Formats: sequence, C-alpha cells, structure tokens
Amino acid sequence: MMELRGICREYKVGTEVVRALDHVDLTISPGEYVSIMGPSGSGKSTLLNLLGLLDRQNSGTYRLEGEDVSSLDDDALAEHRQRQIGFIFQFFHLVPRLSALENVELPLVLAGAAPKLRRERAVAVLESVGLKARLDHRPDQLSGGERQRVAIGRAIVMRPRYLLADEPTGNLDSRSGGEIIEIIEQLNRDGIALLVVTHDPIVGRRARRHLTLRDGKIVSDITGQSE
Amino acid sequence: MRPIDVARLSLQALQRYPLRTSMLLLAIAIGVAAVVTLTAVGEGARRYVNGQFTSLGTHLLIVLPGRAETGGGGIQGLLVGETARELTLEDTLAVGRSPRIKQVTPIVVGAGTASAGSRERDISIIGTSSHMLEIQHWSMGSGSFLPPGELDLAQPVCVLGDTVGRELFAPAPAVGQSLRIGTTRCRVAGVLAQQGLSGGFNVDETVIMPVASAQQLFDTSAVFRILAEASDGDAVQAAKRDIVSILKARHAGEEDVTVITQDALVATFDTIFNMITAGLAAIAAISLVVAGVLIMNVMLVAVSQRTAEIGLLKAIGARQRQIIGLFLTEAACLSLLGALVGLAIGGLGTWGLKLAFPVLDFAAPPWASAAAVGVAVVSGLLFGILPARRAAALDPVNALSQR
Repeated sequence: MMELRGICREYKVGTEVVRALDHVDLTISPGEYVSIMGPSGSGKSTLLNLLGLLDRQNSGTYRLEGEDVSSLDDDALAEHRQRQIGFIFQFFHLVPRLSALENVELPLVLAGAAPKLRRERAVAVLESVGLKARLDHRPDQLSGGERQRVAIGRAIVMRPRYLLADEPTGNLDSRSGGEIIEIIEQLNRDGIALLVVTHDPIVGRRARRHLTLRDGKIVSDITGQSE
Repeated sequence: MRPIDVARLSLQALQRYPLRTSMLLLAIAIGVAAVVTLTAVGEGARRYVNGQFTSLGTHLLIVLPGRAETGGGGIQGLLVGETARELTLEDTLAVGRSPRIKQVTPIVVGAGTASAGSRERDISIIGTSSHMLEIQHWSMGSGSFLPPGELDLAQPVCVLGDTVGRELFAPAPAVGQSLRIGTTRCRVAGVLAQQGLSGGFNVDETVIMPVASAQQLFDTSAVFRILAEASDGDAVQAAKRDIVSILKARHAGEEDVTVITQDALVATFDTIFNMITAGLAAIAAISLVVAGVLIMNVMLVAVSQRTAEIGLLKAIGARQRQIIGLFLTEAACLSLLGALVGLAIGGLGTWGLKLAFPVLDFAAPPWASAAAVGVAVVSGLLFGILPARRAAALDPVNALSQR
C-alpha cells in the first residue's frame, strides 16, 4: 500500500517557486494497474519519482506499507527501493559496458547475492521477457524494444511489489511498445502493482485506474473500462 | 556487495575508456618509475662509495689532532680538523708501539711545484713513510716505494703519482731521474700505478716523499694525520682505545685527539647516501602526488559523464557507501595497475643504467619500490575521495534525467 496525504513538492526555478505537486492525496493498493496522464509539467513524473522514493516531498506524509518514509535517510530509502520498487525509464538506463545478463544481475550484485543464485534468477527473468538468446549481448547490440525488455528484467529481478514505469514506450516504435506493455501487464496479472506515466492515450487507456494530473493536482481518478 | 564484484565493476568501467585509463596509468607509472630509477642511482652511488672504502681495508684508523666534540667524531672532525696540540713524529712512533697496531705512518700534506728539465707542474705533496704503500693498498707502477728508515731522516727520494710521472718525464722512464720540488731536489725512486681517487684524494697527481723531507719543505714539525692499521678487524676498537690512551699520556693527560675508524667513515657515508637516496625518492614521489591530482580531475569528469549511471545505481538500491566504494576502487585499481607498470619500467630503466655504467651497481632498494607503490595507491585513494563523494551525493532524479 502506498499512501500519500497532503503531499506538496516545490522547486525553485530562479526566484519563482514552482509547485510540482499541490496537496496530493493518493492511495495505491497492491496489484493495482494505474496510468498517470497529464500535460507536460503537470507533475506526473514528480509523482512517480516520489512514489518510487527517488524524490522527497516538501510537506505531507507518505506511508509505504504502513511505514512513514518521510523521515528516512538516503540509505534507508535505497533499501526500500531495492526491495520493493522496480523502475523502468524512457531511456532504458542500461549500463552500456555490461551484457544483458550483467545488467539484470546488477541489483542482485548490489544486494550482495552469490554469483550462482543471481545468475539463475537473472537468466530466468530474461527468459520470461523473451531474451533467452540475447544474454551476452551488450545494449548497443540490442534493439530498442530488447533494451527495454532488459530494463524490465532488471526492474523485476528483485521481485518488487511495485513496478514504476516512466514513459516506458516513449522511445519505441508502436510494435515494440505494444510488446513492452504486454510484458508489464502480464507481470501485473501475476500480482505486481503497475504504475505507468505516459503521454500516449492508447497506453494510458489500458490501465484499470486512470489518474489525470494538471498543475500538480489530481483532477480525475477513474477506475474501470479495463482493456 | 561482494568485494570481488566491486573490483569487477570497477575494472569494467576502466576498460570502457581505454585512452583515458591508459593515460592515467602512464602518469602513475612514470611517477613510480622515477622513484625506482632515482633511488637505484642513489643506491648505486652508495654501493660504489662503500666499495671504495672497504677496498682500502677496514682495519684503518685515522688519528687527527683536536677533539671533535660532536659525539662519535665522524666526517665533520675529519674535514674541519680543529687545531689543538699538534701531533708529532714521536706520537706516531708511540702509537706504533701498541701491540694492537700492525703498522703506522704519519702524513704531512701540502702543495707545491715540481719541475724536471723544462717541465713544471703543480702537485700535491704527501710526506709519509714506507708503510703508506701497504696501509693504503697502493701498488707500484715502476721502481720502488719510499725506502724504510727512521722517520726523522730526510732522504732525498720521492715517489710519483701516475699522472705526475707521465707529465714530467714521458716518454722517458721517470725512475732514477732527478726532480726539483721547491728548493729541494730528490731522486725518483718509483712511480705508483694508476690509483684514481682514494678517500677523496687524487693520488695520481701527488708526489710522495719521506715525512721528514716534507716537514723541512713546509717548515713544520707537526704531523697532519697519523694512519694506523690494526692488527686485525676485531682489534679496531681496542686499538682505538689504545691510541687515545697513549696520546693522552703523551699530551699531559689531555684527551685532545680524535680517532676515526674506517667503520665510522663508511657508516657516515652510508648515512649520507641513504639520505640522498631518500631525498631523490621524495622528489620523485612528488610526481606521484601530481598523478593523484590528475586522477582526481579525470574521476570528476568521469562522475559527470556517468551521472545517469550513478542515478540508475541509486534507483536500484545502491547505498551511498557502495557508490563511494565503487569509485574509490576504480581509483585504487588505476593507481595500483599504474604502479605495477611503473615498477616494470623502473626495472627496465635500472637495467639500462647498469648496461650504460657497469662500474656502478644500480639497484632500487626494496623499501623505495614498496614506498612508491604505497604512495601511488594512497594518493589515488585520497584524490579519489572527492569525486567519489560527489558521485554518492548526486540527486537520483536529476541524475536520471540525464541521458
């Protein structure tokens, strides 16, 4: 459960204070499939970063699985990210010098897992995203869709409860984009909560719950019309 | 995170930028190689001087007038030679009567002009006795050394250094010829084989004459030094005590002489050369610090180039400590690899020096090599701290927004 109460997030741009999130209240339950839409600058990426503990609010409280994470230090937040949250980014953010397998292993390496265990898990995850034949390819040897699948593998190899995707198809053609959406929807059906920030209404409509942000406020929160 | 994974990730990062990595390796390698080579030169010089002294025989004791107040005497006393009560020929004879002294000879030194026929030359003059040849381990080129005889007998004979002999008489043989030194004349009894420098004194440009003749020439009754050879190596310290007590008794109970043993001389020069070597090492080590600054600069650039990657590591749960560890390991690997390359280059350089100057036994002392590697790694780590901390402090959201 992710619970936001009265969350504000402000940036200073020059002398002006920009309110990226303005008293946001939001609850995300386990296993939900939520799309976050809205125009550029509406605060949707800020909301996602905050939910993913990459960013901190200026005021309000955030309870993750019942624990108030507002006052945790950086390392404690890192631990929560490691155990509970997987990220997928528009630009993949793979480490270019590492193979697909090594990229997927990276979270396990940081967590200090033994080589045998992490290899088994990484191989299984890459198999599940259809990249069994590409284990030893480096990112520059993979297509955009394949790179994003490696990134998905990396996001889920720690078996997180929440998968946070920021424009996951934004850098892909529609066919690869569709494949990516199908993969993460399958993960959602298997129980992981899925939050997708997107510009693309076709992608956004597929979610069960639709959030729309404007000027840092949630202006609509509609559940229904799945697929 | 397992240490081996930290090392692997760091090495992979270094591999990705081959040019940058090799430039940094080179910078560190040059520093380490400089330390190794320069200390090898210093050590080579030390061994050379050491060898020169021990070739003179370690049983040698040098008596000089005056009491060197600084504990142990050492080289200062030898160079300054304070004028207290003068040493005399009688002192020399008295010292020679000690059972622990095998042989003894006085030395009077001065400068003068020697001429033979129409040739003339400035020379150094040593007045001494027939024992000098053996005490100094000199060898004769032709003829014979000073004849044995009473010390106070001013015989008109002399022995020439190699250069003096050639310049005044060549191509004719010098032995048997007559030589004029100042107002006196002497017959050349022999010419020394080429000796080169001996204890800082160029014997080849010297004329050696009986001590009494030299005293007459310089109008003095004093003896500059007394050289004594102990009966064996173990007796050196006892001989030294003997000499001091004999001369004390002769000098109205006043202990006004300094006795320097060859050991002390060798030890003094050893100390000097070790300090020179350490100084050279320190100078070379500065280049390692410069290399460290270079590492810092390049690592700072690396941090800004890899901002997105650092952001990603944070997103997938890397702690600040882990990111610092990764970058520090990278710096440490760089400096360690560079140091190893530098050791190899330094080894090659030392080998080249040996080929070029076979007289000197160049060898970098192990402490210098170890210290060079140590300084390289420590400087890499120290200068890696700032970039590593900067990386760890990056804000993940900003970092990830960079491609």
